[in-house]
Amino acid sequence: MNESASIIRQAAEAKPAGNSMLRHARYVVSENPVTGFSFAMFMLIALCALLGPFVVPYDPLASGPSTLAPPSFAHWFGTDQTGRDIFSRVVVATRLDFVIAIASVALVFAMGGFAGIAAGFFGGWTDRIVGRISDTIMAFPLFVLAMGIVAALGNTVTNIVIATAIINFPLYVRVARAEANVRRDAGFVQAARLSGNGDFRILLMHILPNIMPIMMVQISLTMGYAILNAAGLSFIGLGVKPPTPEWGIMVAEGAGNIISGEWWIALFPGAALMLAVFCFNLLGDGLRDLVDPQRRT
Amino acid sequence: MLATLAKRLVTVIPTLIGVVIVTFLLTRVLPGDPAVYFAGPAATPQSIADIRKSLGLDRPLPEQFARYVGDLAHGNLGNSLSTGRPVVTEIESRLPASAELTLFGLILSLAIALPLGILAAVKQGSWIDHTCRVVATAGVSLPVFFTGLLLVYIFYFRLGWAPAPIGRLDAFTSAPAQITGFFTIDSLLTGNLEAFRGALGQLLLPAVTLAVFSLAPIARMTRASMLAVLASDFVRTARASGLDGRTIIFTYAFRNAMLPVVTTLGMVFSFLLGANVLVEKVFAWPGIGSYAVEALLQSDFAPVQGFVLAMAILYVALNLLIDILYGVIDPRVRLEG
Repeated sequence: MNESASIIRQAAEAKPAGNSMLRHARYVVSENPVTGFSFAMFMLIALCALLGPFVVPYDPLASGPSTLAPPSFAHWFGTDQTGRDIFSRVVVATRLDFVIAIASVALVFAMGGFAGIAAGFFGGWTDRIVGRISDTIMAFPLFVLAMGIVAALGNTVTNIVIATAIINFPLYVRVARAEANVRRDAGFVQAARLSGNGDFRILLMHILPNIMPIMMVQISLTMGYAILNAAGLSFIGLGVKPPTPEWGIMVAEGAGNIISGEWWIALFPGAALMLAVFCFNLLGDGLRDLVDPQRRT
Repeated sequence: MLATLAKRLVTVIPTLIGVVIVTFLLTRVLPGDPAVYFAGPAATPQSIADIRKSLGLDRPLPEQFARYVGDLAHGNLGNSLSTGRPVVTEIESRLPASAELTLFGLILSLAIALPLGILAAVKQGSWIDHTCRVVATAGVSLPVFFTGLLLVYIFYFRLGWAPAPIGRLDAFTSAPAQITGFFTIDSLLTGNLEAFRGALGQLLLPAVTLAVFSLAPIARMTRASMLAVLASDFVRTARASGLDGRTIIFTYAFRNAMLPVVTTLGMVFSFLLGANVLVEKVFAWPGIGSYAVEALLQSDFAPVQGFVLAMAILYVALNLLIDILYGVIDPRVRLEG
């Protein structure tokens, strides 16, 4: 029964077959070298997150003899107030920032994606309730709401993840709802229903896989925003506690030194943050070109 | 027009109710005992119990909610723990500083983003177009606090052009007499040129920081909607009728292209109000954002709650304003409404 449904699904979706998808991917990458570059950057960031603590030259938490030393051969990014090596700290921090971003995006994908699909598929009351919840979230300036949530839930990293997920909720709902709504009466859904699948089964096994490509684009587009948001929260002193290496808090630690000219303390973590966000934004644009050529700009 | 306005005003009500419920929930229902927050770090079990009683936290939730709404209706947001002053007066006195900064940042950002977007669309594929793309992508990628620090380093430490990032005025200039609360406008109104120069100097860097962050969505949307309008039939007709390029772009295309741009302004304001908090922290700007941050770090909850509520109401009001503006620009919306 499922076989026939999946054949119909393939026909209804009329997606390009694997081979041409690959060709299209190659075309996008070669047409837009920026996308290729951002894939490479992404690999580098992932590598830092995975291996960072094992390859850095210094202990990121250990103070050294030379304090506030400018970048040199021994300390590529210089040292901070207590003589800690900034290069090691920037590299090690990648993991924490990366984990916060991935965890919050995964959480919002689960909550917002599911709520959105259900809203688009069932309509009616489900749609109204989900819509009302996301409208209420959207009624707040998002960063301000995140501050409020972290303040209310308590000042921890977990709560930064939750707050970041909540403020992204409406974005995921909107995309998932629109995509599910278009497909609710599609041929493959009717076929699945006729072959005796229940609503939830159709939702998870038939609609979700079909909107995955678009959701993936959404994920990489919001990754950058999630990192920015988490770093902003830790910049104002929420969540991550010093001396834990994290980009936002490292910039905050170096902020006081900017006016006395020690630029390297804030610049390098800030630049790392910027590059990571830049990479995710470019990657998101590239993925969108791949999945949805019509929206290419 | 008035009827439309009234109708739109009515739609604000459920949003406001939602906002009030959320700010209430943030303090009362979530894990973490608000009495402990309000009691502060040096609290004993006895003082916590006292505070719980005096705050009415031992009552059932609906009753607490009714009391909360009643307090709000009387403009009572509670008192700050660290200063002892009512949150409302504190927010009122700090709001002009934040508003001046945000507004100035927005004007600056519009002044850069609109021409950039229009030029990028008119000269599609030229260097201006590429600049627009790079600026837009870089703008959203730059953490706003990082941009601020970078600007401080370059323009204060290196070049010495900008004053030290220590708030709205340096220590030697006295504030102008309060009329609007905007230092730049007040000093002009009272003819105090020295204060004007001082205030503008202090305002410039934080405003530029905000502008860099918020111009990306405006520039992007302007470009995209100008491109769509320029390819439309009525522009072709205008061109065929021999109108000159200037008239076509500004009178015909621009006015129509503005509609989606005005819609994105809602999102831009959400960005701006959030970024404002970070910029205020970097530049020691005495606005409501830095007030909330200070309170947050001391677990002083009433100011934070008041701040979140004030920001949300402000944001709802701004969105309402945008909708009205939309009706002014596009008469069709007015008729249908």
